[in-house]
Amino acid sequence: MSAAFVSFDDVSLAYDASGNAIEDINLSIHEGEFVAFVGPSGCGKSTFMKLCTGLHAPTTGTVQVDGEAVTGPLKISGMAFQNANLLPWRTTLDNVLLPLEIVKPYRHQFRKRREEFVGWARKLLKTVGLEGYEDQYPWQLSGGMQQRASICRALIHQPRLLMLDEPFGALDAFTREELWCVLRDLWEAQRFTVVLVTHDLREAAFLADTVYIMSRRPGRVIERRSIEMPRPRALETTYEKPFIDLVQELRAQIGEVRST
Amino acid sequence: MTKNNRLIERLAPWIAMVALVIIWEVTVRAFDVPSFIFPSALETAQALVTYSGPIAMHSWQTFWTTLIGFGLGVAVGLVLGFIIGSSRFLYNACYPLLVGFNAIPKVAFVPILVVWFGIGSVPAILTAFLICFFPIVVNVATGLATLEPEMEDVLRVLGARRMDVLLKVGLPRSLPYFFASLKVAITLAFVGTVVSETVASNQGIGYLMMSAGSQMRMGLVFAGLLVISAMAMVMYELFAQLEKRMTGWAHRGQNR
Repeated sequence: MSAAFVSFDDVSLAYDASGNAIEDINLSIHEGEFVAFVGPSGCGKSTFMKLCTGLHAPTTGTVQVDGEAVTGPLKISGMAFQNANLLPWRTTLDNVLLPLEIVKPYRHQFRKRREEFVGWARKLLKTVGLEGYEDQYPWQLSGGMQQRASICRALIHQPRLLMLDEPFGALDAFTREELWCVLRDLWEAQRFTVVLVTHDLREAAFLADTVYIMSRRPGRVIERRSIEMPRPRALETTYEKPFIDLVQELRAQIGEVRST
Repeated sequence: MTKNNRLIERLAPWIAMVALVIIWEVTVRAFDVPSFIFPSALETAQALVTYSGPIAMHSWQTFWTTLIGFGLGVAVGLVLGFIIGSSRFLYNACYPLLVGFNAIPKVAFVPILVVWFGIGSVPAILTAFLICFFPIVVNVATGLATLEPEMEDVLRVLGARRMDVLLKVGLPRSLPYFFASLKVAITLAFVGTVVSETVASNQGIGYLMMSAGSQMRMGLVFAGLLVISAMAMVMYELFAQLEKRMTGWAHRGQNR
């Protein structure tokens, strides 16, 4: 295993005096790894995301990304949430271009290289199946399409770390599986590091290299599980016995967490 | 069928207006109200024609003082709204003050303004300004202050500065609030101007109505009222159209 890209050393975070939201997190993620965090609701998964991207500082312990301690918001990450959060006054294309207007060094080149950037955005939109929708406004798109655009926006500036906070949670089952494959293909092609927070065990098992199971609040990592299925994985495998067994095991572990 | 419905919908405001005029005329005639108390619609219309010269002159005075006051209100309202809305601390600090200020009847400022600036256009402009900037400040500040935290996070993980977030997301997002407030503000600005003119001016529709009233020429007073509301309606409609053009994305689904 290569050197850790993201590492957490004894990290705890308390938002207020009511106790830790997450506690004693020790883990390391290597570059290009796809990790998923699952756990009961309120277990601090989103808190973990905020720590990882530097939106929040830990109360104790240190978070390191790419060999350096995280002190403020990272600039090498992209983020997508359960809500697509697209700006309704911008077209899909302009929404996807937004990060390039903000991230250094692109923000200073934006006017000069606009044509080139638009090319990137169109290409990315095409790979997620949104060709022809570039000039539509977000509210003209379906929920699944908005989420595709949101993922494009998270990736346009070629981040090394992609943070996904239940990105498929609000979608119907068919669209969700479709988007798993979209994400899988994007990841296979570019191999950025992904941190995926989800409630969906099948999603975690299908997409991730490593699944972390978290306990109830205060959130701790209680299990680290490598998913040893060969890649590239076909969606059909999720309906086969070995995969179903795996999900069953994960489910049993979550069940234990919830009952304690 | 649908075409007819749409036509009726478009005509509805005009039908209502005509109905109101008819009720007015019929009521005044039926109860035989003397014209120095409540002139009929016909007498008001006659006054409007007879005195069209002076009315036009005074309307113009009212119109441009209102617009200057309104312009000041927009400029100050936008800047103040932006400053207050961009910081949680300032928002909490200033909001009660603004509410308190807004609760003061603006006519109470007129004597002060007269002492400072004498009678004439300046108090009218300033009264219009004082009365109309509040809704603009509140709307812009609220638009900025109610930014979704997720949206902010999306930009912050990209290394966006506070100013980036405000300019890229906060400001465009508050534009519908801003344009909605313009419609309210322009009608309030007319109120401010006319109030000031009635007590501290020798020109403008407010002055015209005051002096006509003192001579019991009620037809002319009512003509003045009509002119004010007509001007306010036209300006309101203008800003409503502007709002629709500028922030169509916020009114989606209404035209389908």
